Amino acid sequence: MVEKSGGATNAPTVPPFTREQDLTAFREMLLIRRFEEKAGQLYGMGVVGGFCHLYIGQEAVVVGVKMAAQDGDQFTTSYRDHGHMLASGMDPKGVMAELAGKRGGYSKGKGGSMHMFSREKNFYGGHGIVGAPAPIGAGVAFANAYRGDGRVSLTFFGEGASNQGQVYEAFNMAALWKLPVVFIVENNRYAMGTEISRASAQIDFSKRGDAFAIPGKQIDGMDVRIVKAAADEAIDWCRKGNGPYLIEAQTYRYRGHSMSDPAKYRSKEEVQKMREEHDPIEQVRARLIANGVSEDELKKIDANVRKTVSEAADFAMADKEPDPSELWTDVLA
Amino acid sequence: MTVNVLMPALSPTMEQGKLAKWLKSEGDAVKAGDVIAEIETDKATMEVEAVDEGVLARILVPGGTENVAVNTPIAVIAEEGEEVSDAAAPAPAPAQGDGAAAPSKAEAETIAPQSPAPVSAVSPPSAAQKAAPEVPEGTAMVSMTMREALRDAMAEEMRRDPTVFVIGEEVAEYQGAYKVTQGLLQEFGAKRVVDTPITEYGFAGVGVGAAFAGLRPIVEFMTFNFSMQAIDHIVNSAAKTLYMSGGQIRCPIVFRGPNGAAARVAAQHSQDYTAWYSQVPGLIVISPSNASDAKGLLKAAIRNDNPVVFLENEILYGKTSEVPALEDFVLPIGKARIARLGKDVTLVSFSIGMTYALHAAEELAKEGIEVEVIDLRTLRPMDTATIIESVKKTGRCVAIEEGWPQCGVSAEIAMRVQQEAFDYLDAPVLRVTGKDTPMPYAANLEKLALPSVSEVVAAAKAVLYRS
Ligand SMILES: Cc1ncc(C[n+]2csc(CCOP(=O)(O)OP(=O)(O)O)c2C)c(N)n1
Ligand SMILES: [Mg+2]
Repeated sequence: MVEKSGGATNAPTVPPFTREQDLTAFREMLLIRRFEEKAGQLYGMGVVGGFCHLYIGQEAVVVGVKMAAQDGDQFTTSYRDHGHMLASGMDPKGVMAELAGKRGGYSKGKGGSMHMFSREKNFYGGHGIVGAPAPIGAGVAFANAYRGDGRVSLTFFGEGASNQGQVYEAFNMAALWKLPVVFIVENNRYAMGTEISRASAQIDFSKRGDAFAIPGKQIDGMDVRIVKAAADEAIDWCRKGNGPYLIEAQTYRYRGHSMSDPAKYRSKEEVQKMREEHDPIEQVRARLIANGVSEDELKKIDANVRKTVSEAADFAMADKEPDPSELWTDVLA
Repeated sequence: MTVNVLMPALSPTMEQGKLAKWLKSEGDAVKAGDVIAEIETDKATMEVEAVDEGVLARILVPGGTENVAVNTPIAVIAEEGEEVSDAAAPAPAPAQGDGAAAPSKAEAETIAPQSPAPVSAVSPPSAAQKAAPEVPEGTAMVSMTMREALRDAMAEEMRRDPTVFVIGEEVAEYQGAYKVTQGLLQEFGAKRVVDTPITEYGFAGVGVGAAFAGLRPIVEFMTFNFSMQAIDHIVNSAAKTLYMSGGQIRCPIVFRGPNGAAARVAAQHSQDYTAWYSQVPGLIVISPSNASDAKGLLKAAIRNDNPVVFLENEILYGKTSEVPALEDFVLPIGKARIARLGKDVTLVSFSIGMTYALHAAEELAKEGIEVEVIDLRTLRPMDTATIIESVKKTGRCVAIEEGWPQCGVSAEIAMRVQQEAFDYLDAPVLRVTGKDTPMPYAANLEKLALPSVSEVVAAAKAVLYRS
């Protein structure tokens, strides 16, 4: 049941995007990129503390999935979550304020970079424990199936997380009970300092659902069109009541694992090569230019995105720390 | 417009670092993403990237400067063609020469009672050190960080016993997420220093099986927060098997890693598991406060035939203290240490809790109150006798821990004191603990959630009926 698209090297015929779709993808990915650059800057300044994991390089994965999703479908992911929140439509101001630990943040400053949620935008976290999103996302799908509301749970985790036992417990239950959940493995080739082949006996992560007869597809996660097409198919499969679906999106993170990772386990050339040859945003930019969109128009989009991001940063910096009484709130409902 | 480049914070606990070298010179053009300098922290060498485009107009902190506080301006980037006058260059130069960094904002915002004093606040005072029978009179001492002491302990035991091996996430090639296993792969090879997938439940179980079969695993949890994935094997497999097998199957294993809060890493990465593990019969639980105890007790733990949960602390990893320069320095498990002698009130703590206790003792000394401070070091078995002996002398006791109050270590201490020294008590036992909430991320709330020196001082005065 496993289909292989062959990844980046052997690209199959790619479902085309309209100019509008490309513009949307460009804007959404650029927002994530600029937001993350700013977050990194604010970390260096001590405005953001703790652990901060940037999504730079992986933007096409969440944006492609979002473009295939319908309103009401839910997102669940790990600590590398800023991109997923922005893609879910959460306000960059609230996300940045949370990164800064301020009262206007999505978790009132109590969760930080790794722990954010939005019931309104159907974003279920933001989880700091590696592997946790898999069963939680399956649980969200359980609720969907229970209610019969046709929603699909979109559940993201890393290829490193794919080695946690709970992922397979979740796969089995999801397949057994035909839960509407798309598991998206974001294979960025590294789990902290560990390259995939040093930690995984099976590095084709799309096959990880075989034992449970979960259909799996390995795709080039740097091409937003391919991600969108795979997600369309997967979401449709789930919405029709066929049970779970597994997507392995092959992607890459440009930055260190977190801000405190010197990234000595890979060469600068490797990173440079990915940036130059596979950058998800540059791919769309090139297509737009080829389709007659002017440089000026793209610059205007970039300027707007930058403005949104710097407004978010200004808001986060100007906002107050939580009231001390907040220490004691929200412990129990 | 000129932009200051600030000394960046590169990790949750970084307060200062060495500006190792500049990769660009004054006058060089830079663009966003260019690596302009290298910075060394106690853990790693990191690169500083320019975030703006322009010209590196001035270098404010020369390459090679040690102890540059986070957020100190280190350079000025100007727009192409712009003049940078002396006036435009920001004034504050980093502390130099004497090697002491100005206390940074980050420092002030982390753990309140941390002091930048060169000698760790939790190092044993010399009086107690001399009194300690475990170190022979006249032993030479060497300064080292707790991180180095732990590494040396493992390396020495691995040299001594070929059945000892280390297993965990990022312990080998990455040299440890917190660099505690630095150099072990190079000395002992990949057979004995084993990188695992992210699969705590699995490798904890593998460790237990290997220990049943006669090896001596040291299982590193990247932090103890992730031991929750594996707690079933620690409790059900490691702790109970000797008993269930009628004494046949031993489980000589050490589970070690950083425990408790670091700085701003929020609820899922800040929990203190001391009370949890110290509740379990069949386990030994150790949590040292300084490099010397860390070394001597980790060596003892590795040699011990029982499962040992060895709880370290990220903030203490970088603190330096004196370690006896002995060929084979092993400390007894289950023995508390009197860290400071006094007659008025007894403070009992362990691990980073000792920082609050010893600072509070200093404060109280200024008011003429003589505080005795006990470092438990081992939580299970707990050295009740040392606590009781002290309380019989002082009649007053305060227990301090970063963990949660309910069923905490301090609750156990209070119970034992009232049971065994009730007639000697002049006041109820009090405690200072982490607050009864998950750990918040926001800097101000995190500070409130943790114990503080002033809370310890207040509790000590309360049991003395002084205000
Ligand atoms: C249970 C658990 N173990 C270990 C960690 C520490 N940790 C955080 S992220 C990470 C690597 C995860 O890699 P991957 O799943 O590939 O995701 P990526 O970071 O590449 O997005 C590790 C080991 C954790 N947070 N939780
Ligand atoms: Mg990864």
